[in-house]
Amino acid sequence: MARLHINNIPVDVPDGTTILKAARELGIRIPTLCHLENTEAKGACRICVVEVKGAKTMIAACATPVTEGMEVFTNSKAARDSRKFVLEMLLSEHDGDCKTCSRNDDCELKALAAEMGVTDLRFEGERTRKHIDETTPALIRDSGKCIKCRRCVTVCSEVQMVGSLFPQSRGFDTTIGPAFSQDLDSVACVQCGQCSAVCPVGAIIEKDHIQDVWRALDNPDKYVIVQTAPAIRAALGECFDYEPGTLVTGKMVTALRHLGFHKVFDTNFTADLTIMEEGTELLYRLKKKMVNKEDVALPQFTSCSPGWINFMEFYYPRFLNHISTCKSPQQMFGALAKSYYAQKTGKKPEDIVVVSVMPCTAKKFEAQRTEMSQNTIPDVDYVLTTRELGRMIHQAGIDFRELPDGVMDSPFGLSSGAADIFANTGGVMEAAVRTVYEIVTGKPFPLENLHIEPLMGLEGIKKASLKIEGTLPEWNFLEGVTLKVGVAHSLGKATKLLEAIKQGEEFHFIEVMTCPGGCIGGGGQPRVTTDEVRRKRINAIYQEDEGKQLRKSHENPDIKKIYEEFLGAPLSEKSHHLLHTHYHHKERLN
Amino acid sequence: MAPENTTTPQTASNEDEILDHLDRIFAESKDKPGSLIPLLQLTQKMYGYLPEKALKKISKQLNIPISEVAGVVGFYSFFSTQPKGKHVVRVCQGTACYVRGGHEVLHAVKNELKIEVGETTPDRQFSLEVGRCFGACGLAPVVMIDNDVVQRLKPSKVAEVLKVYKK
Ligand code: SF4
Ligand code: SF4
Ligand code: SF4
Ligand code: FES
Ligand code: FES
Repeated sequence: MARLHINNIPVDVPDGTTILKAARELGIRIPTLCHLENTEAKGACRICVVEVKGAKTMIAACATPVTEGMEVFTNSKAARDSRKFVLEMLLSEHDGDCKTCSRNDDCELKALAAEMGVTDLRFEGERTRKHIDETTPALIRDSGKCIKCRRCVTVCSEVQMVGSLFPQSRGFDTTIGPAFSQDLDSVACVQCGQCSAVCPVGAIIEKDHIQDVWRALDNPDKYVIVQTAPAIRAALGECFDYEPGTLVTGKMVTALRHLGFHKVFDTNFTADLTIMEEGTELLYRLKKKMVNKEDVALPQFTSCSPGWINFMEFYYPRFLNHISTCKSPQQMFGALAKSYYAQKTGKKPEDIVVVSVMPCTAKKFEAQRTEMSQNTIPDVDYVLTTRELGRMIHQAGIDFRELPDGVMDSPFGLSSGAADIFANTGGVMEAAVRTVYEIVTGKPFPLENLHIEPLMGLEGIKKASLKIEGTLPEWNFLEGVTLKVGVAHSLGKATKLLEAIKQGEEFHFIEVMTCPGGCIGGGGQPRVTTDEVRRKRINAIYQEDEGKQLRKSHENPDIKKIYEEFLGAPLSEKSHHLLHTHYHHKERLN
Repeated sequence: MAPENTTTPQTASNEDEILDHLDRIFAESKDKPGSLIPLLQLTQKMYGYLPEKALKKISKQLNIPISEVAGVVGFYSFFSTQPKGKHVVRVCQGTACYVRGGHEVLHAVKNELKIEVGETTPDRQFSLEVGRCFGACGLAPVVMIDNDVVQRLKPSKVAEVLKVYKK
């Protein structure tokens, strides 16, 4: 422990604590820009400087550990002036116009200018060169607005281990981006959007589909339906000043009706369907291997996260046949909407517009993949991030907090608790195991509260094993087998797990979610997502799961119905045609 | 006119040579993880520049993202992705020079050499760079050609000055 004084107030903190954290203990918030939780402090932007007695220069609070007897002044004139100077320099180079900027509701630079009382720009400097990069389906980069804090670099290389963004050149000419200052489509970016989630300003944002959706809603010839991913309901509230982790499922449904969608459906329904297909696929792979002694790719990897798919296509082609052939729940929904639902309602597929609300920017990429269409009609037409839906609701003048609760429409409205937990790391695996276990044994899943404890929480790589006993005759080849499963979230952690598998570590089934925490921490979620926010959203999701009677995908009566009426059985020919696909190796560099 | 000095021969064959050279290095050092900066230094030293294709090869072999490799190359002024010309023209764009017409001078140099900043003329005679304050603000606007300082340069005099080096 070390004792120090901050603004003359004593505080005791463990050795190694930074000044920034020690100040927070006292309720003093020092502004930061380059600092990113869970990563090594870079000390690059200097917006966090404080005065330390005896030190010759101002000290970066984020990167400096406290020492015994230290006397820190966060609020002296010198400290305030230095921070303001740094900010004014940033503002003088910044080429952006708050009036028309999509970040003007949550921009950290603008907030700092207000907080520090910058009322005029004292310096008229050369502006950062403006180049707008719209080359990828998910993201837009605006170099003029970039303040070179490098948070995106940190997240892309340290958290995701993709490394698409890096400072190029140096000094004033530095730009943050791909090699040779080219556009994002020139490198193997997986479109996860974590960079857009951590960027403090409007320099990396999602490609906005709001106008397209309004146009569809305004078109009387179109029948516009919407699906909402499991992770939206635990985060959308933050766009309306609710505490993170407030469930707003009912209000969200009502708001979507107010926006004019003809039907409000739930991606959770196709999450249940995914479990049926993917669970069955796993059992088939195991059977082929253990009974027929065929050479099958195991472990099986989940396929719901499009950033992960991109990653595998670029970086681990030799593992592509391990990935489940199931389309993601978003795409299963789209495929069924334009086949089953179109038939059921007598509509032409081309007159139905499918809008998704997703926590994810990579879903924008996924929706435009050629594999995800039938006769050149895309299964999903537009993808809104949680943030974009928040903006649309604001644009429509809907007073979200005052809305009554609504209920999702049939036939894609009813879902189990297993579908809810698709939203967080470990959830898809738990949902799958709940179902697979019951299919194989015919007995209720035995774990307390239906949770697989070791798969819960924010640990980067999680493992569990479960011995299968008392199998039904059809599955007796699995009698006594210990099912081994692994879970990773963030691509950096997924890389570690893949390397372990390469080294011979054995698993049957692996879940990977691209974003830290899973979809609840997706690149399209309200900013800023910290671990505290992740935990709150995850708790909300488990609460939604536990609050339901129906908690297992295979018990969902509407799932049973769609198999009876339309699909036949899991992995049937129709399922294969509509709900499954294959992925291909993509060359890494153009 | 062929350049007398042949440290930087034609791009195409030169590029192939660099790529072959890298292949040999990687073949020899198989299984040994290489490190980036020494490899870049070696290649730059032998060939005078690091073409994009070479950086991509290095990125793949060392399993370092291309953006990071290019970032490192861009950070050290010692490295260049363009073959350097016989003469390096550096136009100061520091504040003093900028306000005293440095920007117009740069424009005139670009026009005269028909290249952008960071490029080299096809005959390999001149490379164009910009600088940020050469510490000679009193003489602004300043241009450096190799080690010569040209002071108070007017845009209209640019062609004349460059001619001296053309030979
Ligand atoms: S990034 Fe922030 S400061 Fe810049 S224009 Fe947008 S809102 Fe304004
Ligand atoms: S979208 Fe993901 S992979 Fe692409 S640049 Fe951003 S963080 Fe990196
Ligand atoms: S793009 Fe955003 S996160 Fe990246 S360096 Fe620029 S301002 Fe920072
Ligand atoms: S936040 Fe401390 S230096 Fe950037
Ligand atoms: S600004 Fe050009 S020499 Fe100082």
